[in-house]
Amino acid sequence: MKFTDVFLQTSTKILVFIIMTFSIFILFAGHHNPGGGFIGGLITSSALVLLYITFDLQTVRDIIPVDFNQLAAGGVIVSVLTGTASFLFHVPFLTQTFTYVDLPLLGNTELASAVIFDLGVYMTVIGTTMTIITSISEDEK
Amino acid sequence: MSIFYTFMFLPIISAIFIPLLYKYLNRLVHIGWFVSLVPLSIFIYLLQYIPDVAAGDTYKYTISWIPSLDMNIISYVDGLSLLFGLLITGVGTLVIIYSIFYMSKIREALHNFYIYLLMFMGAMLGLVFSDHLLVLYGFWELTSVSSFLLISYWYERKSSRQGALKALLITVLGGFGMLAGFIMMIMMTDTYSIREMIANLDVIQNHTLFIPAMLCVLLGAFTKSAQFPFGIWLPDAMEAPTPVSSYLHSATMVKAGIYLVARMTPVFGGNSVWFWLVAGIGIITLLYGSLTALRQTDLKAMLAYSTISQLGLIMCLLGIGSLAVYFGPGESGTVFTVATFAALFHLFNHSTFKGTLFMVVGIIDHETGRRDIRYLGGLMQVMPITFTIALIGGLSMAGLPPFNGFLSKEMFFAAVNDVSQAGIFGLSNIGIMFPIIAWVASIFTFVYCMIFVFKTFGGQYRPEKLTRKVHEAPWGMLFSPIILGLLVIFIFFFPNVLGKYILTPALTSILPMMPISSYDVKISAWHGLNMELVMTIGVIAIGILLFKTTKRWLQALRNHTQGLTLNHLYNEGLSGMERFSVSLTNRYMTGSLRHYLIYIFSFFVIVLLGSLLLFHGIQFDFASNSAISIFDVGLVLGMIIAALTVLFASNRIMAIVALGALGYMVSMFFVIFLAPDLALTQMVVETVTTVLFLLCFYHLPKLKKSIERIPFKLTNLIISIAMGLTVTLLGLSANGHKLFEPITSFFENAYELAGAKNIVNAILVDFRGFDTMLEISVLAIAGLGVYILVHQRSKRREQRETE
Repeated sequence: MKFTDVFLQTSTKILVFIIMTFSIFILFAGHHNPGGGFIGGLITSSALVLLYITFDLQTVRDIIPVDFNQLAAGGVIVSVLTGTASFLFHVPFLTQTFTYVDLPLLGNTELASAVIFDLGVYMTVIGTTMTIITSISEDEK
Repeated sequence: MSIFYTFMFLPIISAIFIPLLYKYLNRLVHIGWFVSLVPLSIFIYLLQYIPDVAAGDTYKYTISWIPSLDMNIISYVDGLSLLFGLLITGVGTLVIIYSIFYMSKIREALHNFYIYLLMFMGAMLGLVFSDHLLVLYGFWELTSVSSFLLISYWYERKSSRQGALKALLITVLGGFGMLAGFIMMIMMTDTYSIREMIANLDVIQNHTLFIPAMLCVLLGAFTKSAQFPFGIWLPDAMEAPTPVSSYLHSATMVKAGIYLVARMTPVFGGNSVWFWLVAGIGIITLLYGSLTALRQTDLKAMLAYSTISQLGLIMCLLGIGSLAVYFGPGESGTVFTVATFAALFHLFNHSTFKGTLFMVVGIIDHETGRRDIRYLGGLMQVMPITFTIALIGGLSMAGLPPFNGFLSKEMFFAAVNDVSQAGIFGLSNIGIMFPIIAWVASIFTFVYCMIFVFKTFGGQYRPEKLTRKVHEAPWGMLFSPIILGLLVIFIFFFPNVLGKYILTPALTSILPMMPISSYDVKISAWHGLNMELVMTIGVIAIGILLFKTTKRWLQALRNHTQGLTLNHLYNEGLSGMERFSVSLTNRYMTGSLRHYLIYIFSFFVIVLLGSLLLFHGIQFDFASNSAISIFDVGLVLGMIIAALTVLFASNRIMAIVALGALGYMVSMFFVIFLAPDLALTQMVVETVTTVLFLLCFYHLPKLKKSIERIPFKLTNLIISIAMGLTVTLLGLSANGHKLFEPITSFFENAYELAGAKNIVNAILVDFRGFDTMLEISVLAIAGLGVYILVHQRSKRREQRETE
């Protein structure tokens, strides 16, 4: 980028954190409220896209050194492994369970294995969207 | 497993060892010597059945193959199968001995030759001894395949390949027909065994499938035995090496159809359709073959048509013989039993003299390099032994004494005379045609036999026209034809030895319902001055007259009938079918995606709308619908406007934006219908796709970028309206027919079961998590696909730049 858009860059720096926080909220809220891994992943990607628009590809890549292909693959692996883990307890593939635990800071909290599965969805969605968008924008005309 | 099967499968088993022998022993000795031991040992083994079978015994052997389907290899040794078994192995031995001297040890791929030949021999043996219909069919097709391989043995020649293809197409066509017929027979009788079918004849003969089954089986028999009009593959099959022609196309394979007709006579015989088809087609083939043989100048082609005509003769006799089934025991039945006997007798005789003649042609071809009678002549003084053998075979084929052809031809004349007086099946009107056609065809037969012998061996000796220095053939080559020639004469003088031990038992298996006494009467009755003898004298007199005057009419016959051949019809038909299917395919496989979409959508509309209308499926029931609010109406109107804008937009940006608007309105609908997760997702996904569309638009090539609205086409309009109508009607009709309670109530327990208050999310990750797992895999694969497409492209571009 030749010219520096101060307004855009400043507001992006603030907005990205808000959007990120919101997306993580959506991811974990999905269990009880509207949201979940899919929409959370999309919102995270939109925060990253905002970064790409404001700064250039290379800068963002330096800040977030993540290979999105590997992220997508990792997401699929996490989901599949969550399913496979149920074999350890002699229950069918992809059986989910949940329990309530007293955690030091959060108090009585529900821990559900479905959230780990959703985390896999989240990673896959980010990985795939970002792969598509960066590939296309890297491609010269 | 009995010793019988050891011999039965010996040809196929020994074929496995041929390559080994070829690799290690062929340098020392021609491997044909080893191969000849195979049929010889089977022949000797089969000989020991003769006394028992002649005494009326039969043998049955069984191997379990697929017992749960009743598919077992059941073999049955009776007179008919023994006759064929002896012919196959006997002629087989002689042909292999002949081939040892005919096929060069150095130049030819002998291992292929003998593997195919043994494969054929094994298939043929299996065919004649099978009692199980489907096993018989299996061996039948194996003969077709091995014959295909043998005809195209010199595969570098175009004519060999064409001849093999033609033979395969025609015989396999008949084979499939025969399979259909067999299946019908199995359906009728509920058994696979031919013997059991014969035992339950009344079931089969009053069944509606009786005639269709008969026609299908006859199609198989006629194509295999080269009957009119399917005989055209046989002359083209003469591209095979001469031992093959001699073995397959004169003595064995072409008689498979004859065998089938004989075998099925107890089942189908006595019916007028059977009689007219078998006897009628047979006699037409006889006339057609003998007339066409006259036109040939190539010796092998002449013999091929002669084979066709002789097979027609045998077929005709079998048809006449089937009348015995109609008349049953009694005097008239006995008269027609003679015809069947004559058929078997001629079948045997034909194998002997036609084998001889083919081997003679092979010798002539081998020694002179020519097979065309226009170049040959005067070979009598150079090749006296070959000439003698040819004379024996030729005169026997012409039906002259003292050769066996004379006896069977006399019996043939007797049979056609009898049939003209049978007085059933409409024979009293046109039955007289049988003796007339038979007599005329015999004259033609006589003439071409004379041409065959005397144009080749008589006349001027012109060594300048021949490509090799001519001398008498080696003794090894002469051995087999001499044996067969001696057999020809031997049978003339002692026909009853053959009749008593081999032909009578075969007769009992073709006509099992006749009393024993009816078989014995007339075997010795081959003397006496009667109508048949007068006819033979007429044949000889007119035949000699015609032969003396061949110069006046033969050339005219050859010229005039050039275009009138069945081959012409076959070739035209084949290329016509090819042209037709190419043009048909080109007409609808246009390569245009639009056309294919039209097919898909029209099919969809026709099937769905058609079945809706046909089964009165269009029924609306709005009772359970909820009330329509003002928001719904507004949104639907907005969506209709957006959709129409997409259709009528004059540039693409407008269409893309309208499409985005449509998507957002859908997400509004999700909001109204209380689906927050869907609304969120729809909104973000819509944004992303709109951005991607814009990206695509930006990259459109500058050259052909014309901004215009969608062109109007009436077909497209009709199909799209019909499609929309179908889906709408289907949706509305389905809505009113809720047959089962929805299972939503189960998912309402999401908190108790999955610990989640969000039902949608609980379904996605817990109840139906498997779908989600696969969906994210789809997503990941799509991402990888885009990555690979883009990066491959830039890599290629880099390569192009570095070049």
